[in-house]
Amino acid sequence: MSADGGIGIWGVPLAMLAGAIRVSTPFIFVSLGECLTERSGRINLGLEGTLMMGAMSAYGTALLSGSPWLGVLVAALVGLLLGALHAGLCQLPKVNDIATGIGLMLFGTGLAFFLGKPYIQPKAPNLGAIDLGWWSSVPQVRQALQVNHLFIVGILLAVALAWALKNTRWGLIVRLAGESVDAALAIGASVGRVRLIATSVGGAFAGIGGAFLSLYYPGSWNEGLSSGQGLMAVALVIFARWDPIRCLWASLLFGAAGAVSPALQSIGVTQGYYLFSAAPYILTLALMIATCSPARSLRGAPGELGAVR
Amino acid sequence: MNTAFERIAVSALALLASAVLFGLLLTFYAGVDPLEAYALMYQGAFGSWFSFQNTLTRAAPLILTALCTALPARLGLMIIGNEGALVAGGVAAAAAGVAVSGTTPLLAQLVMAAAAMAAGGAWIALAGGLRHYRGVNETISSLLLTYIAIALMNHFVEGPLRDPSSLNKPSTHPIGDANMIGAIGGTDVHWGLAFGIVACVLCYLVQRFTTFGFAMQVIGGNPKTARMMGLDVGRHVLVACGAGGAAAGLAGMVEVAAVHGKANASLAVGYGYAGILVSFLARHHPLAIIPVAILLGGIGASGGLLQRRLDLPDAAVVVLQGIIFVAILASETLYGRSWRWLWRIKAAEGR
Repeated sequence: MSADGGIGIWGVPLAMLAGAIRVSTPFIFVSLGECLTERSGRINLGLEGTLMMGAMSAYGTALLSGSPWLGVLVAALVGLLLGALHAGLCQLPKVNDIATGIGLMLFGTGLAFFLGKPYIQPKAPNLGAIDLGWWSSVPQVRQALQVNHLFIVGILLAVALAWALKNTRWGLIVRLAGESVDAALAIGASVGRVRLIATSVGGAFAGIGGAFLSLYYPGSWNEGLSSGQGLMAVALVIFARWDPIRCLWASLLFGAAGAVSPALQSIGVTQGYYLFSAAPYILTLALMIATCSPARSLRGAPGELGAVR
Repeated sequence: MNTAFERIAVSALALLASAVLFGLLLTFYAGVDPLEAYALMYQGAFGSWFSFQNTLTRAAPLILTALCTALPARLGLMIIGNEGALVAGGVAAAAAGVAVSGTTPLLAQLVMAAAAMAAGGAWIALAGGLRHYRGVNETISSLLLTYIAIALMNHFVEGPLRDPSSLNKPSTHPIGDANMIGAIGGTDVHWGLAFGIVACVLCYLVQRFTTFGFAMQVIGGNPKTARMMGLDVGRHVLVACGAGGAAAGLAGMVEVAAVHGKANASLAVGYGYAGILVSFLARHHPLAIIPVAILLGGIGASGGLLQRRLDLPDAAVVVLQGIIFVAILASETLYGRSWRWLWRIKAAEGR
């Protein structure tokens, strides 16, 4: 192994860091979107479809216009529309939000493959990266610290969302809609409209996460682009117990867990590393088992969120 | 109120709406005549004996995985871990099949089916048990268990169970041609379809004619009443979830023993998620699952023909399935209201 620059075993944590930063960015956006949606009292299992539609529309736009950032914007708009569709359907009486989410997941991925067929071959402009590793002479360190702008935007978004949920009137109304419909009605808020807005904005976040997939890493459009990040976001939000800042940490953890297998493989460990990719789910399940009891639902769970009751 | 008629009318309305929506997409985006496309789809799904067999083959795993949602739904539980149970069953079947491959085929097949049903059943019974005894939400835990199952499958097919000769696509050792379950006499349709239909009929009979089935209905209707009646809710939850998981596990065994011949990543291609929707479309009724799964299998089977004749992307049929699912789920809102609405129009006309 001559390419490891003489850092040997340290390559593993470094590759995990690099992987965590790269792989976690779509997780950050999707989980923040899911977090916002669930805080308003609704679950959206269709974010996987939103993610794929975001990835496809961003790639197509970037290819046709030459501007990747325009692609990100279009992806956010597409996500907004899909979120609004989900919210609008779930608003109808007797419509089940979990099943609708799965239906929209299938619809979104199918539509993305259908409309995205012409974009599989051509190469769209990439979003590019900020070089934060200029101070180091070790190539792996420099490579690990190639950070995309959207990663930083994601961190800021998590902080802003946490602050807004806690300190603004708007955040209070979202939380009320999620905790108690009666209380929200008592202060004169329209629960339906709050959930519509929260679900749509959540969808827009997921769309941006998809744009990252197709325009930065892995950086192309094909049908195997997503490895289920949209569905995993549901687990992630529970693991983070509906807190945007914890969503950020959980995304990094999920990203690192995904990056550990290739990193271990590169230093010659060939056994057992797939179990690492199950670690986040086992941890989430263990957390749920530990904090639930027949009498009480999860700590931190929004009271109106039927899906975790 | 004629509820059976209402059910059919509302579903037909939703199907019609989906057909119109998909037709608009075909006309304005792909420039294809939708009527021609639908005629081709009918041909590709049910038009010939060959295509009908393809349809039935695709329907088989959907019937079995749908039961995994439908049975617990009777108790008011929403399980979405069908994919995980299928994968667990498939890996267990392959492991068992390799272990007993030297014996007679019938014994090997029975052992494979038993192993798959035990693994899938345990997987979903775990979600049900956690719900009942610890209050852990079964929807989320079954979704998590799906990811754990897929990771375990990757671990086993890349590690302990790997066939060294499977280079590009890591797989278990093949279970051997002699042990494959093969096709129903005179057709190309594998036995998974028969297993699925028998399982659905059994579930219907149990739900309709036994005390156990009646107890399930009571628990689903009102758990408090059920407890006051002295019903053992936990036992019913475990049995219903276990049976549903066993059906999905059997789907995994069929994929291994009738299609692939070994376990690998081809097990997790979304039959489980499609099964959830089949169950919802059938309104969790065991007998309704069969035609719904055949309809969806047919849509899937017609994709190839659309691609060849009209140059449509193969994802076109997935879009149509997605539209149908969403339309039918949204049409739930019409139940009990469509009649009132019609009646009001009549009343207005009579005035």
